Amino acid sequence: MGYSQFGAMIPELIILGIFLVVFVADVFSRDGSAKKFLTPMTTVLFGLGTIAIWLLPSCEVSVFGGMYVNDTASMAIKAILNIGVFIVLLQSAHWVESDEVAIRKGEFYELLLVTLFGMYLMISARHFLLFVIGLEAASLPLAALVAFNKKHYESDEAAIKYILTAVFSSAILLMGLSFVYAFSGGSLYYSDIYTNIASGQMSGLLIVAMAFMIAGIGFKLSLVPFHLWTADVYQGAPTAITSYLSVISKGATAFAFFIIFVQAFGQIYPDCWEWMLYAVIIATITVGNLFAIRQKNLKRFMAFSSISQAGYIMLGAMTSSTIGLGSMMYYIFVYIVSNLGAFAVITSIENKTGKVGMDDYDGLHKTNPWLSFAMTLAMFSLAGIPPFAGFFSKFLIFTSATSTGSMPLYILVLIALINTIISLYYYLLVVKAIWINPGEAKVEAFKSNTGERAALWICVAGIVLFGLVPYIYEYCYNAALIPGLGQ
Amino acid sequence: MSVTLPILILAIPLFMFLLLGIGGVKMSRKLAGILGITALGAVAVISYYVAFTYFFSGDSLFIDDGVRQQCQMFDVTWLAFTDRMVVNIGFLLDPISAMMLVVITTISFMVHLYSWGYMEHEPGFQRYYAFLALFTFSMLGLVVATNIFQMYIFWELVGVSSYLLIGFFYKLPSAVSASKKAFIVTRFADLFMLIGILVLSYYVSNAPADGPLGSASAFNFQMLNNNAGVIANTVVGATFMSGSVLTWAMVLIFVGGMGKSAMLPLHIWLPDAMEGPTPVSALIHAATMVVAGVYLVARFFPLYCIVPDSLTFITIVGAITAFYAAVVACTQIDIKRVLAFSTISQIAFMMVSLGVAYNQPIEGVHYSGLGYMASMFHLFTHAMFKALLFLGAGALIHAVHSNDYTKMGGLRKYMPITHWTFLIGCLAIAGIPPFSGFFSKDEMLAAMYNNHWFWGAWMSMVAGLTAFYMFRLYYLIFWWEENPEYKKEGHKPHDAPWQMSVPLIFLAAVSCVAGFIPFGEFVTYNGEPYHIHLETPVAVTSIVIALLAIGLATVMYAKKNPLPAKFKNAMPGLWKAAHHRFYWDEIYQFVTHKIIFNIICRSIAWFDRHVIDGTMNALAYVTNFFSVKIKGMQSGYVQAYVLWYFAGALVLAVITWICLI
Repeated sequence: MGYSQFGAMIPELIILGIFLVVFVADVFSRDGSAKKFLTPMTTVLFGLGTIAIWLLPSCEVSVFGGMYVNDTASMAIKAILNIGVFIVLLQSAHWVESDEVAIRKGEFYELLLVTLFGMYLMISARHFLLFVIGLEAASLPLAALVAFNKKHYESDEAAIKYILTAVFSSAILLMGLSFVYAFSGGSLYYSDIYTNIASGQMSGLLIVAMAFMIAGIGFKLSLVPFHLWTADVYQGAPTAITSYLSVISKGATAFAFFIIFVQAFGQIYPDCWEWMLYAVIIATITVGNLFAIRQKNLKRFMAFSSISQAGYIMLGAMTSSTIGLGSMMYYIFVYIVSNLGAFAVITSIENKTGKVGMDDYDGLHKTNPWLSFAMTLAMFSLAGIPPFAGFFSKFLIFTSATSTGSMPLYILVLIALINTIISLYYYLLVVKAIWINPGEAKVEAFKSNTGERAALWICVAGIVLFGLVPYIYEYCYNAALIPGLGQ
Repeated sequence: MSVTLPILILAIPLFMFLLLGIGGVKMSRKLAGILGITALGAVAVISYYVAFTYFFSGDSLFIDDGVRQQCQMFDVTWLAFTDRMVVNIGFLLDPISAMMLVVITTISFMVHLYSWGYMEHEPGFQRYYAFLALFTFSMLGLVVATNIFQMYIFWELVGVSSYLLIGFFYKLPSAVSASKKAFIVTRFADLFMLIGILVLSYYVSNAPADGPLGSASAFNFQMLNNNAGVIANTVVGATFMSGSVLTWAMVLIFVGGMGKSAMLPLHIWLPDAMEGPTPVSALIHAATMVVAGVYLVARFFPLYCIVPDSLTFITIVGAITAFYAAVVACTQIDIKRVLAFSTISQIAFMMVSLGVAYNQPIEGVHYSGLGYMASMFHLFTHAMFKALLFLGAGALIHAVHSNDYTKMGGLRKYMPITHWTFLIGCLAIAGIPPFSGFFSKDEMLAAMYNNHWFWGAWMSMVAGLTAFYMFRLYYLIFWWEENPEYKKEGHKPHDAPWQMSVPLIFLAAVSCVAGFIPFGEFVTYNGEPYHIHLETPVAVTSIVIALLAIGLATVMYAKKNPLPAKFKNAMPGLWKAAHHRFYWDEIYQFVTHKIIFNIICRSIAWFDRHVIDGTMNALAYVTNFFSVKIKGMQSGYVQAYVLWYFAGALVLAVITWICLI
């Protein structure tokens, strides 16, 4: 095996390189110094890395005997996620300087980069071994990140809940994988599984294996009923981690889910997992909504909203086609800017005042009109109100789901549409609190920090422009033109 | 010429709108005003340069073998509904759009400058400039649209910015209701336009891609106009509501133009729109937006020629409107309303001129381009002198603080600049040589006589009425009897400040010389030059008629005398009806309130309240019910979470198993 094969893993190497630089700088800088340089350095390095990944020529490479593949779609989703992580870094720039965290901010960046590295492996894996390594690399450091406010009871509780359920779900996933291994004639390559598990030979064991696979991966996506950890963890974790969990982790896993189920289990789609996914999507969208309408804590609220959004993302997987993958990637991109826009506002307000209740947002427009404006746009986009990006992403993902023309999928989209109406209610609750609810503003006027402001600007620009500029969707669609997918 | 300049023409006003709209609150008035004026000046200079390059550079892109070409400076895909229904955003340069660039930016620049003086003390000065920039952007986007859908988008934007500007004094209830009225009426007309666009593009996009239409976008003007004959053949036999598809489509599209151009019976919004600031009336309701309908017909002219019925329809609508508005203008008291009805009448003139541009087929399809050229010529000259008249009216209102001519009279001594420029405007619109209106009106009348003597005679009568009511207005403002109020201390009217006088003088100068532009060399229906020559009989007749009308006005109004009152009392019914604009508003009021609101809206409201709201309430109830029921799922115990997790996976497997095996 030549080391030249590593050259194919450019995005991973970039992340790894940044990780090493940050690590070395963190370890070897003098103790006791405030390490003020660390945050700007990481942000700038990561920004450069993001630009580099966007500019990289997309090509088809398959290395390590086909275990690792970098195709146009993988490159595109990595580029998209990178932007999301960059926004997360910007909005956390102020938080990491707070007294409690400042001394450990190196760890924060290192752990974050390692999880991102794991997610990249998940995205590019075409062999289950690599996939599981990526999954674990993405999961375990996250538990440490969730517990980052270690002196806070909620943070520790969240981490414990997260690690326990994560371990359990990994076990289930591996169990499912072992069943798959039995069927695939001793190979864990996606392509081998594809050829060996043909339709027409369904058995109870295979169905159980599929259910366990969906459960194991659905855990990270927080699909219902594998989602119960989500709310507690989102609420307890530091807000920067919550926003990271809600978009980046979800985006990467959704993409990996699509690749696995289309490229490894594509043949048994109509027999088996189409209906499982169907049921799970309906449950996810509906239950997420049902819980979201009762929440009073904004972080918890965002947790349930993100559960529901994950259901919409998975609609893209219902048609294992280019248009499905393209609209899924587009949805993820739009979801990143919309959700992170909301989180940027929540972070700013939490950092200044410590308030995260929905009641605290009453009359916010009187004191902080710009934050109110940004939050309103984010909510409109999440709810899918034209002309904001969220409308177009929902529209495209619905179109893709109905593109095969099968009646059950129309029903699925109808249910999703009804749920959109319900979601409108709770997203508008936030808008109502900000603009309409009477009473004095509970949050005093303040100026948010540079990083948070920059993050907000990016998100608002994305929310306004992504729908109106046709290139973004075209980019996603063209990237999704990978072999093995129908139109 | 690169694409940079066309993009700048659109981008600068849009940027100014955003800048002044968002940042204007924090700017001083002076800064906002200077920024707005400078930016618009820059746009005007660029537009002049673009138009100059287009007409004079001799580049083969723009003129080929003596024929002026249509040129799409850029055209990018924006939305693709289907393979053929593709909406582009682009910049089309051809004789009429180049001419419109000049007209819009000139008038807009003048109005920007004028407003600096006129709006000086109004609150919301910065907002006003932001809206002006938005309007200019929309109007420019409308005229350079490469396809009907882009035009439609900007068409609506023009409507929105007009709404914002009419309702600028939003504390006045009359301004608010006028802005609503303008928006609703034009939007109502635009509904028909949209249907027309959809009908047309539906049938065109259904044509086979390997056919003569190719696979170009079904909205594109060039494609539609160049293949007018083919389209007529393609849709032949296809019927829509028991009429030919093409006729229906073109008439429906024209209805949108009727709304914006205030043709009968959709004219009711324009007189009320005079509630807006006077410079706005000059810009929007005299020179630019209201001619959008004329521009629309001109833009689609080849298609209209294919369906002569639609041109006849345009002619009839225009002829009736022109006469109606001219009669009403003779009886109005508010000087801006006189000008508003005069605008309606003049635009109808242009419409008739376009309508008669079709001649009897001689060899296959043949149409004379005279009417088209004359209509565009009149659009150009009218924009200049009507803006002049409105700005002059603004200066009068500024001085007297009233719109009412009974509060004026004898003003010529106090406001010499306003007086002379206003007189030039009146002479131009009355059609007295050598002022610009004479030349364009003469060409239009010639085209009408060419078509049928009836249209010529009818419109000559309207031209006579025009001269009469304009000079009635002129005499009542500047002569008649001096208002005793002026003698009082502090009430002495005086000419407006320089920001307002400069535009008046400039536009008056243009109105003096614009008639000598060899317009036919630049703008014709097919790009080939048309040599203008005066038709002596027509010219002499119309001068005689105009002079007679002016003479009559002089006799009646130059000095205070009982003659007008006698006339009024001689036919009180007619005078009252005309003064009330022949009760159109009352008819609308009756139809909408008594018939539509009572009969149709009530049942719809019932359906909305019970069926639609009921569905939503049921949805909310069910949602809430289940939301409470499943609350226990989120218990907070991690054991329970894992149990749910495992049970969920197993249930999923079991159900699938039962269903499949």
